[in-house]
Amino acid sequence: MSNETILDVKNLSVSFKTPNGEVQAVRDVSFSVGKGETLAIVGESGSGKSVTTKALMGLLPAPKGYIKNGNILYGNEDFAKLSDKQMTKYRGKDFAMIFQDPMTSLNPTMKVGTQVMEGLRMHRGMNKEEAKKEAVRLLELVRIPDAEARMNQYPHQFSGGMRQRVVIAIALACDPKVLIADEPTTALDVTIQAQILDIMKDIQEEFETSIIFITHDLGVVANVADRVAVMYAGKIVEIGSVDELFYNPKHPYTWGLLGSMPTVDQREEELFAIPGTPPDLLHPPKGDAFAPRNRYALKIDYEEQPPMFQVSDTHYAATWLLHENSPDVQPPASVQQRIDEMNGKWEAGK
Amino acid sequence: MARYIATRIVYMAITLFIIASVTFFLMKLMPGTPLSSADRLSESQQQIVLEQYGLDKPVPLQYVDYMLGLVQGNLGISFQFDNREVTEILGNRIGPSLQLGIQALFIGSILGALLGLVAAIFHNGILDFGSTLLAVIGTSIPSFIFAGLLQYFLGVQWQLFPVATWGTFAHTIMPTIALLIFPMAICARFMRTEMLEVLNKDYITTARAKGVGWTAVIFKHGLRNALIPLITILGPLAVSLLTGTLVIEQIFAVPGIGEQFVTAVTTNDYPMIMGTTLFFSFLFVLIILIIDILYGIIDPRIRLDGGK
Ligand SMILES: Nc1ncnc2c1ncn2[C@@H]1O[C@H](COP(=O)(O)OP(=O)(O)OP(=O)(O)O)[C@@H](O)[C@H]1O
Ligand SMILES: [Mg+2]
Repeated sequence: MSNETILDVKNLSVSFKTPNGEVQAVRDVSFSVGKGETLAIVGESGSGKSVTTKALMGLLPAPKGYIKNGNILYGNEDFAKLSDKQMTKYRGKDFAMIFQDPMTSLNPTMKVGTQVMEGLRMHRGMNKEEAKKEAVRLLELVRIPDAEARMNQYPHQFSGGMRQRVVIAIALACDPKVLIADEPTTALDVTIQAQILDIMKDIQEEFETSIIFITHDLGVVANVADRVAVMYAGKIVEIGSVDELFYNPKHPYTWGLLGSMPTVDQREEELFAIPGTPPDLLHPPKGDAFAPRNRYALKIDYEEQPPMFQVSDTHYAATWLLHENSPDVQPPASVQQRIDEMNGKWEAGK
Repeated sequence: MARYIATRIVYMAITLFIIASVTFFLMKLMPGTPLSSADRLSESQQQIVLEQYGLDKPVPLQYVDYMLGLVQGNLGISFQFDNREVTEILGNRIGPSLQLGIQALFIGSILGALLGLVAAIFHNGILDFGSTLLAVIGTSIPSFIFAGLLQYFLGVQWQLFPVATWGTFAHTIMPTIALLIFPMAICARFMRTEMLEVLNKDYITTARAKGVGWTAVIFKHGLRNALIPLITILGPLAVSLLTGTLVIEQIFAVPGIGEQFVTAVTTNDYPMIMGTTLFFSFLFVLIILIIDILYGIIDPRIRLDGGK
C-alpha cells in the first residue's frame, strides 16, 4: 500500500428534505482513502454509512437528498460540485459500487451479459464483439463457471452468490480506482461470504483498487480492512488503523461496538448491548449525539460537540474523554476482556 | 413456448365449454319464450314453430343438440331473421366492432403509456399534473358523454368527421376516440405509478452507478420492467371495450355486434344470444392468451418456465 491519497472527503454534510424538516443524515464527515487501501465504515443502522457512499457516487435521490456542505476531492475534481450529468463520466469508470442485496441489484429483464457489457461499451468505447469477450473474461475473473453460456442467461437463473459475483464483475468492468461496497456480503451465507471476500481481496491486490467497505460485521473488518471509520448519528466518531481500533479503542461507542460483537463460544446474556436508541437526525442534539447512551458522559458532552482528538498519526476519536482535563476512563472490564480475547484470537489467526 | 401455447389452447376450449353450458341453462331460465310477442298465432301454430326449432324437446336433449352443433362450428339459426345462420349474422357484424375495439385498445394503450411515462419523468412537474388531470377525467366521465361532445363539436360544429353511421375510415375516428379515452386514462395512471416504482428499484441504482445517464436508464432499464404490469391490465381493458362498444355502437349507429346483441336479448332470440355470448367469451379468452404470450415475450422469468 502506498501513501498516495486517492480520495479526500472534507467536512461532508448530507441532508434530506422531508415533510417534517431537514434530516441531517451525514454531518461534517472527513476521511481519506489511499491507493490500494481498504477503509471499512462501521456503525449501527441509520448512522449514515450508505448515505455517505451515495454522496460519493453522486447517487443521492435528487432533489430530496443533497450535499449540504463539503468537498469530495478526486484528482482535480470536486464531486460535491459536479452535476448529475458530469458525474456519469466518473460513475462506473473511476468509482464503482457493489450493493447489499444481489437479489434486487440486477435488472431482471436484461441478460446478464448485456448488463456486464453496458459499462464496457460506454466507458471503454468497445464494440459489441470486444465487449462480449471482455465480459466473459470478467465473469471468469469473479469465478463464474461456464461464463460464456451464462452471458445469455437472466438474473433469475443465478443464485444469490452468483449474482453478487455478477455485480462485482459489473463494478470491475472499467478498472475503477475506488470500489465502494455497501454491505456486499450481508445477504449471503457464510461460505459464500468468504468466497466473495476472497475475490475482492485478489482483485485489490491485482489492480491496486481502493475499497470503501461498509459492514456491520467487525469480524469482516478485521479480515479485510486496513483502516476503520466508526460512524454514529451521521458523524465519524473514531477513525484509525484496524490495529488501533481493535487494540486501543478510545470512543465509548467503539467500546460498545466491540463489546457487542458476538464471538463463537459465548452465551447470549454475555453480549454487551449499548443501551438506548440513536438520536433523531431531524433534530440532532447540541452536544455529543452519543451522550445520552454513554455511561461515561461528562457534563460538557451535553453542551458542546467534541472535536476530533488526535491519538496517533492515524488515530483520531471524537470524545471529550480524550481532553487533558477529563478524568481518566478505561473501557469497562467486560469490554476490555472481550477486546483482549478478540485480539488474542485475531493475532493467533494472523 | 409451443407446448405452453398448446396447453393454453386446451384450457381455452374447456373454459369455453363451461361458459357455453352455463349460458345455455341460464338462458333457459330467462322469462318468456321467443314466441312471447306472437299472440296472434294459435296454440297449434306455436307448437309447429317450436317443433321446427327443436324447442319442444326436453331441455337436456336441446343442450346435447346445441353442443353437438357447436363442436361443428354451428351456432344454430336465428329466430328473428328468417332462417339465417347465427354465424353468418355475426360474421357480417363482426368487422366494425373488431375494428373499433382494436383501434381503441391499440392507440389508447400506447398513448396512455406515453402519457404515463412523461408524467413519471417529469414527476411532480406541470406535465405530471396535466397528465394526471387527463387521466382522472378519462376514468371518471363515461364514454357516451365524450361521444356526445365529439359528435357535437367535431361532427356538427366543425364538420371534420361524419356524425354517425359506417363506411369510410373517417367514420371510425370519432367512435374510436370515444372508446379509447378510458383505456388511455387507465394506462396512463398505471404507467406513471409503475415507472416511478421501477425507478426506485435497486437495479436502477446499479445502472446509474455504472454511469448510465438518466434518459438511458429510463428507456433501457426502466421501460421494459414498467411495461410488464401494464400488459396484465390490457386484458381487463379489452373486456371493458367489449362492453363499451355496446353503447358506442348505438350512439354512432355502427352496424356492429353490440347493437345486434341488444335486439337479440329483447326478443329472446336464443341462438343469437348464445352465439354472441360465446363469441364474446371466445374473444375474451383469446385476449388473455395473447396477453400471456406477450407477457412471456417481455418477461424472461415467465418465458423460460414453460420450456423453449
Ligand atoms: N431517502 C431518504 N429520505 C429521508 N431520510 C433518509 C433517506 N435515506 C436515508 N435517510 C436517513 O439517513 C440516515 C442514514 O441512513 P443510511 O441508509 O445511510 O444508514 P446506514 O448507516 O447505511 O444504515 P444500515 O446499516 O441500516 O444500512 C437514516 O437515519 C435515514 O433516516
Ligand atoms: Mg446502509
